[in-house]
Amino acid sequence: MTDPSAPSAQRVIDEARARDVRSRWLLSAPALAIIFFAAIGPLFVVLIYSFMQKGDYGDVKPWTFSTDGWFNVLFERDLFDDTLGLAWANLVIFWRSVKLSVITTVVTLLLGFPTAYFISTRPEHRRDLWLFLITIPFWTNLLIRTFAIQEVVRNEGIVNSALIGLGLIHEPIQIMFTDTAILLGMVYVYLPLMVLPLYASMEKIDFRLVEAGYDLYATRFAVLRRIIIPLVKPGIVAGSILVFIPSLGAYVTPKLLGGGKNMMLGNLIELQFGQGRNWPLGSALSIFLMIIVMAALLVYVRNASDSGGRHG
Amino acid sequence: MMKRFLLAAAGCTMLAGVAHAEGELNIYNWGNYTSPDVVKKFEEKYKVKVTVTDYDSNDTALAKVRAGGHGFDMVVPSGNFMPIWIKEGLLLEARPDQMENFKNVDPQWVNVDYDPGRHYSVPWQWGTVGVSVRTDKYKGDINTWGIIFNTPDELKGKVNVVPEMNDVIDAAIKYNGGKHCSMDKEILKKARDTLVAAKPNWVAMEYSTIEKMVKGDYLATSDWNGSALRQRLQNPDIKYGYPKEGFTYWMDNLSILKDAKNAENAKLFMNFVMDPENAAGLSAFARYANGIAGSDKFMPADMKDAPELNVPAESQPHGEFATACPPEAVEIYTKIWTELMK
Repeated sequence: MTDPSAPSAQRVIDEARARDVRSRWLLSAPALAIIFFAAIGPLFVVLIYSFMQKGDYGDVKPWTFSTDGWFNVLFERDLFDDTLGLAWANLVIFWRSVKLSVITTVVTLLLGFPTAYFISTRPEHRRDLWLFLITIPFWTNLLIRTFAIQEVVRNEGIVNSALIGLGLIHEPIQIMFTDTAILLGMVYVYLPLMVLPLYASMEKIDFRLVEAGYDLYATRFAVLRRIIIPLVKPGIVAGSILVFIPSLGAYVTPKLLGGGKNMMLGNLIELQFGQGRNWPLGSALSIFLMIIVMAALLVYVRNASDSGGRHG
Repeated sequence: MMKRFLLAAAGCTMLAGVAHAEGELNIYNWGNYTSPDVVKKFEEKYKVKVTVTDYDSNDTALAKVRAGGHGFDMVVPSGNFMPIWIKEGLLLEARPDQMENFKNVDPQWVNVDYDPGRHYSVPWQWGTVGVSVRTDKYKGDINTWGIIFNTPDELKGKVNVVPEMNDVIDAAIKYNGGKHCSMDKEILKKARDTLVAAKPNWVAMEYSTIEKMVKGDYLATSDWNGSALRQRLQNPDIKYGYPKEGFTYWMDNLSILKDAKNAENAKLFMNFVMDPENAAGLSAFARYANGIAGSDKFMPADMKDAPELNVPAESQPHGEFATACPPEAVEIYTKIWTELMK
C-alpha cells in the first residue's frame, strides 16, 4: 500500500524549490544584466574589433575578418623591404610597463610598510588622524598632482633649482621626460593604495605575539620575518595587487612625465585610436594587457597563498 | 593639458556671466586656440552659452567625432584634413559663402582646394610650420630642419617634436630633398631613416610647447609660428626659424558638424568670426594670422611686424601650402608615423 499523500507532498516540495530557484534568478537578474551589459558586453565589442580590418582613417572596416591586429602585437613587416620581424618597439614598451610597475610596487611596499606599522602602533585615538593625513592626496585630482610633480622635477623646477643654489651641480639634471620621472609620479600616486590595506591587516596584529617572540630571544629581524610579515601577508598581497594593476595600465603619469616619447602600454593603446589609426591593434593590445594582468595575478596569488600556508 | 584646465576654468567664469542663455553652442577646437574674449563677446551679443572643448591633433578630433555621441556643433580641422571630413560626410554644407560677413574673407582664402568656394568652412587662423629655438643656448643657423633631424650637440636631448603627423613627415621628406606629398620610395625610406635616427636626440613629443620652451624644458622644438611668437613674448631669446629645406603653410577652418544640435547658433558664430574686429580678436589670443581682410587695423601692435608672422623675403621661396595628400601617400605616411611613434 502506498501513502497517497506522499507524491503530493513531494510535489509541493518540488514546486516550492522551483519557485525558490525562479525567484532567486529573478531577483539576481538586474545585477546579472548590469554585469553583462556594463562589464562583459563592452569587452566583447573590443574583442570583435580586434579581429576586424583597420579603416583608412581610423575605425574599422565593418565585418571584414582579419588577424592583423593580433599579428601586429608581436610582429611587424618592414615598410619598404617587407621582411618579417618582431615588433621590437612594442616589446620595449611592454618591458618598460612591466619593469616600472614592478619597481613601483616594490618601492611603495618598502615605503608603505614602515608607514603602516607606525600608524598601527600609535594609540588608538591618534590612528584616525594619521589615516586621515594619508588620504589627503586623494582630495586633489590626479592630473593636478601630476602637474605638481612636473614643477618639482623640471629643469627649472624645485629640485634642480635647489641643487644649483646649493652649488652641488652646475647644469640641471634631466629628470623630466625620463623613466625616473614616471616612476616618481607613480610611486607618489599609488603609495596610499599600498598603505591602506597594509594598515588594515597590521591593525589586527595581536602585539602580544611580538612580545612573546622577544621573550623567546628572537632578534628584531626574526620577529619581523617570522611574526609580523606572515601576519600582514594578506595586506601585502592586497596592496601589491592594488598598486601593480593600475601601474601597468597607467596613462596620465607616463603621458605627462614621459613626454609622449617614453610610452607605457596605456599610451601605446591610446595612440592606436588616434594618430596610429589602427583600432584593431589597439583592441588587441587592450586584451593583451588584460591577459598579462590576469596571468600576473594568478601567479602572484598562487605563490602568496603557498608561502602563507607554510607559515600558517 | 594645463591649458585645457585654464580654458575650462575661463569657460566656467564666462558662463557664470550669462544668466539667461537662449541657446547653446559647443565648439570642439585645438587646445589654447579659442580666444575667451571673442567667445564672451559672442555670448553677450546672442545670449548663447558657449562651451569650448579642446583636442590636440587632427586625428584625435576625427576619431572622436566619427565615434558619434560627442555633442559638439563645430570643429576646426586643418586644410589637409578637410577632404577627409567632407568625404566622410561629417560636415554640414552650411554655405558660409552666402553669409553676410563673407565679403570680408581675403580673396586668396576663398577658392582653397580643400573647400572650393567655401561651402563648408570659413578661415579660422593660418600660419607656418618651422622651428623654435633658444638662441641664447644655440648660436648656429636656425633656418633648417637640421635642428630637429641632425640635432647640434648643444641641443641634443633638449629637442621636442610636435607630434602632428603630416607636419613631421613633410619636414622629413623636404629635409631629404623630396616634395610635399611625395610617394617616391627612395625619398620616403630616407625620410623614415632620418626620423628613426633622430628620435633618440629628442626629449619629448608633445603639443604643449609654449610653457615648456619658456621654462627651459626644451631648448628647441618644431612648432607653429603663433606658438613661437607667444614664446618670444615671454622670453626674447626664443627665435623662430623658417627651414631652408622647405616649410609649409597651413590653415585651420571653422566648420559645422552635420549632426550639430545647435546648427543655427553655429552659423551665427561662423558669420561672427568673419567680422574683421572679431577675427583680429582670435589672432590677438592665438597669435596667428586670420585670413580676414581688414582685420589688420584691429591687430595688437606687437603682431604687426613680428618676424613670426611676416615671412622674411629670403625665406619666402621655401614656403609651400600644405595641400591634402592622396590617400595612397597618407597610407605610407601613417605607416612611417606608427613606426616612429612606437
